[in-house]
Amino acid sequence: MTQTKHIEMRGVRKTYPFFTLDDLSLDLEPGQIMGFVGANGAGKSTTIRLAMGLIAPDAGDIRVLGHAIPEAQGAAKRDIGFVSSEMRLLPHTTIGWHMQFISSIYPEWDAPYAEALVKRFNLRPAQGSGGLSQGEQIKALLMLTLARRPRLLILDEPTNGLDPVARHEVMTEFMDVLRDDNRSILFSSHNTVDVERISDRITFIDRGRVVDCNDKEDFLERWRRIHLQLPPGVTLPHLPGIVSRVVDGQFSTLTTNSYSDGLLALLGNTVRDVQRMSLEEIFVANVFHHREARGQ
Amino acid sequence: MGLVFDSELSIHCMHSMYSGINISQTDARPMYLQIMEQIRARIAVGDWAAGKELPSIRALAAALSVSVITIKRAYLDLENEGVIFTRHGKGSFVADVNGLAGELQAEKIDEHLAAAAGIGRQLGLSEEELATRLRRAIRNLDKK
Repeated sequence: MTQTKHIEMRGVRKTYPFFTLDDLSLDLEPGQIMGFVGANGAGKSTTIRLAMGLIAPDAGDIRVLGHAIPEAQGAAKRDIGFVSSEMRLLPHTTIGWHMQFISSIYPEWDAPYAEALVKRFNLRPAQGSGGLSQGEQIKALLMLTLARRPRLLILDEPTNGLDPVARHEVMTEFMDVLRDDNRSILFSSHNTVDVERISDRITFIDRGRVVDCNDKEDFLERWRRIHLQLPPGVTLPHLPGIVSRVVDGQFSTLTTNSYSDGLLALLGNTVRDVQRMSLEEIFVANVFHHREARGQ
Repeated sequence: MGLVFDSELSIHCMHSMYSGINISQTDARPMYLQIMEQIRARIAVGDWAAGKELPSIRALAAALSVSVITIKRAYLDLENEGVIFTRHGKGSFVADVNGLAGELQAEKIDEHLAAAAGIGRQLGLSEEELATRLRRAIRNLDKK
């Protein structure tokens, strides 16, 4: 793959009085959806603001769609669509006014697609921005952004405040964007169910550090909870790839991030059950494991 | 009667050809396995005949609102099972069970045997012990 990466961050650092984002590296390839998962205050929004050139890093390199950020952000932004759940339409205007305004700035504006999205999201162009619910605000912003057909979508908590039906509508639209293998999406969320469903790659971030980054299928394949019953007096040998171990009498529960048939063979007939883990469970186990390793 | 109903149904489903495939969040199995099973079922009952072209990976991902990598994984595993085959640049197709599938099935069993051999070595079994176990497994099948 010699294609230009859509996002490339290397060794990025940004220091605030009470928070430091450190040694952040992140790669987004064309045609991919990356889910960016972290607790509140983990550094998701800071990372996104750095990628958008809204703030400058103290150290490290950032390239977006091949352009150096923040220096060449003007050129990059023509092809980026950015929506955050904190954004609002301009007050005292209508949705239709915004459509007019944005189509006059961006020559790529796709009017038929905009009309289709208005219908699918059940928006009314004549409606004033003041009367919109949180969900309608986000859907209107997404419509205005998607209709520009940007190559890169950067979405900060895009499903925040959406009811289940609206979330479904919006996620369907995200996947539709990816029919074109030259487009990509970076989206942050603490809703791991959404992330698990549509992401190709997943990055976990905690306390300003990237904890883990991998293909989604790899995460789901490698993490397992294994329940064991050990006869009295028998102790487990040291096993590689065990991130946590809880012992309760004869019963032990192991959590592993490198499950294999080999590991199962080593444990032999002490194994009572092997369980797959949801992305949420993997995220939580991963975060605790790394906090422990860093002595936090 | 059935035919009339069929044509009505196809109109309802036009916006998404694959809307019959769905993914359950309460199903403990991973999404790619759920997709594989539903594709296998369509092939098994003959709705998807040998040689039929499968939807492209991106089209199916969009239709089901699941990630591209999940569909890729499902297709790859179906290919390893010999249920479908992929021609690069052309797409994926339902395999002819008597032809190409046979070879792929042979490959598949070799893979399983290699895995068994690996586990056998880890457990410290000799070649002869492993062979004895395989023969016993075959005899057990006959008993059933």
